[in-house]
Amino acid sequence: MKKVIISDATLRDGSHALFHKLTKEHIVAYALAADAAGIPIVEVGHGNGLGASSLQVGLSLLDDREMLETARKHLSRSRLGIHVIPGFATINNDLRFAFDYGVDVVRVASHCTEADITERHISYTREQGKEAYGVLMMSHMANKEVLLDEALKMQAYGAEAVIIMDSAGAYLPHDVQDRVGHLAANLKVPVGFHAHNNLGMGIANSVAAVEAGARIIDGASRGFGAGAGNAQLEVMVAVFARLGIETGIDLYRALDAADIVEREIMETTPYISSVSLVSGLSGVFSGFARHVNLAAKEYDVDARDIFFELGARKVVGGQEDKIVEVAMELQQKIKRG
Amino acid sequence: MKKLKVAILGSGNIGTDLLYKVLRSSRLECSLFVGRNLSSKGMSRALSLGISVSDKGIQAIQDNPECCHIVFDCTSAMSHKIHSPILAGLGIIVIDLTPAKLGPFCIPAINLDACLGDVNVNMITCGGQASIPLAYVIGQTQQQVDYIEVVSTIASKSAGPATRLNLDEYIETTEKGVKMFSGCGKAKAILNLNPAEPCIDMQTTVYATVPKIDLPALKEGIAIMVEKIQRYVPSYNLIIPPTYENNRVIMSVRVKGMGDFLPSYAGNLDIINCAAIAVAEEFAMARIEGRQ
Repeated sequence: MKKVIISDATLRDGSHALFHKLTKEHIVAYALAADAAGIPIVEVGHGNGLGASSLQVGLSLLDDREMLETARKHLSRSRLGIHVIPGFATINNDLRFAFDYGVDVVRVASHCTEADITERHISYTREQGKEAYGVLMMSHMANKEVLLDEALKMQAYGAEAVIIMDSAGAYLPHDVQDRVGHLAANLKVPVGFHAHNNLGMGIANSVAAVEAGARIIDGASRGFGAGAGNAQLEVMVAVFARLGIETGIDLYRALDAADIVEREIMETTPYISSVSLVSGLSGVFSGFARHVNLAAKEYDVDARDIFFELGARKVVGGQEDKIVEVAMELQQKIKRG
Repeated sequence: MKKLKVAILGSGNIGTDLLYKVLRSSRLECSLFVGRNLSSKGMSRALSLGISVSDKGIQAIQDNPECCHIVFDCTSAMSHKIHSPILAGLGIIVIDLTPAKLGPFCIPAINLDACLGDVNVNMITCGGQASIPLAYVIGQTQQQVDYIEVVSTIASKSAGPATRLNLDEYIETTEKGVKMFSGCGKAKAILNLNPAEPCIDMQTTVYATVPKIDLPALKEGIAIMVEKIQRYVPSYNLIIPPTYENNRVIMSVRVKGMGDFLPSYAGNLDIINCAAIAVAEEFAMARIEGRQ
């Protein structure tokens, strides 16, 4: 029987959906439920990871330490994971203390073509005796050959798995199969996949990834994540069971966890809004959605126009300041007629 | 005018771009260009320009300490920590372009004169050179500033291996500089690399949390500061003027380079190199006028 590890992004990617206003109560309630369901890895933190609370991408309600401390106390079976982007988080400012709070798995991420900035954070994690994964974000912006080159760098730095993210929710199943298949055939370490649901492909793309050889799949309960949300974790557990793919997760408990998220944490259940669909089509980072909506309102322009313009300029995650610039330019254009 | 002799240590993007700027200077002369590999792009460029080169690293300066009055260190923070005591022992002034932060910080538009007495002047970071003058104006014009954040995005192609390996030092050094010059106790620096083709120009955004904003004073101060910076970085341009929105102050600059070594998108090379040249030329002037 095929086995996959499901890595749970609910308390990290879901932070985007709440504009980074996760509370301790949210973390306690969900961590207990995820642990009871036997979800192998539970990620916690700001949507853009450790040390990312900022005016640029959104200020966290809780600081990183409070989030990790709270989660750690309520996870016994599940391992505690964090997302770390060099450029936001440094070893001295951020990563060093994360280990004091009992982090087990560090997912060191970069834009899909910039793997060499992950070297020091991956090495440092390994030196601490913890598990390090490499994460290539916005992976639709590179072809499979480039992705493999970058993934090989991460593997050489010591990454024990490489996960490609469809951060914009831009893939169709054959795109996933093509890239994941190429990585799985050429890497020594396991390959992972992280879906977003902007084009309604979250589950289908995750299935395609497993069929192409992925062994780690990210999901979020009730899909709670940036933009249109992630692959819905409890659905994945059910679908994988149908396909004879073992996750080790208790379906009833996973459903309970998803109900808790819906009842106690989320403001609205993730759905493919018009803006999220455009975000996926234009290939722009899902985490931009709330910022784009704010800027559209502030400058009285169409959020869809902002997304298509950002897509044309090939912006990457972390460039949220471009949203304001583009909104201002669109406003000027309208004024000039 | 008699030119002051300078050596460039490090033949990567920064060092090679700096060479072109030294060649253009009426007060500086590059007496030695030092790398570690004669076949590197930077070294062959220097050779083709008829510059004396060496592949012996810091040893080249130790072997011939008379070759220069000033060394520009364009290596990495880690290497600079080794170079600094050696050059100090040789009595050579160092203008440090790595984020090693050993010497006092210099932003020419703010504290050029104050740096002249020092033997090791640190140029902070490219993002620091672009953002700190703006953060300084925020500190000067506003009564209370709770927080300042600076975000730079540069083209992937303009970030060489040392820059990539020094990302943590970049952030910590930039944050320290922002705090020091603005007087604000809480600061954050973020750096993004964008691989888009054609390459994007360097862009830097400064945010601030200011409880009682004096926007007219801020706008006036920023306009004066931008003009000052343009004297040594001609294409430093304000693209988002100081704006108060969503409970934050935001402003943005774009820096185009002169296209010396890398094309004009690499404004990040220009801003730190132009600042370093401004410091070296001031040293040269001071020497001629007998101030040093």
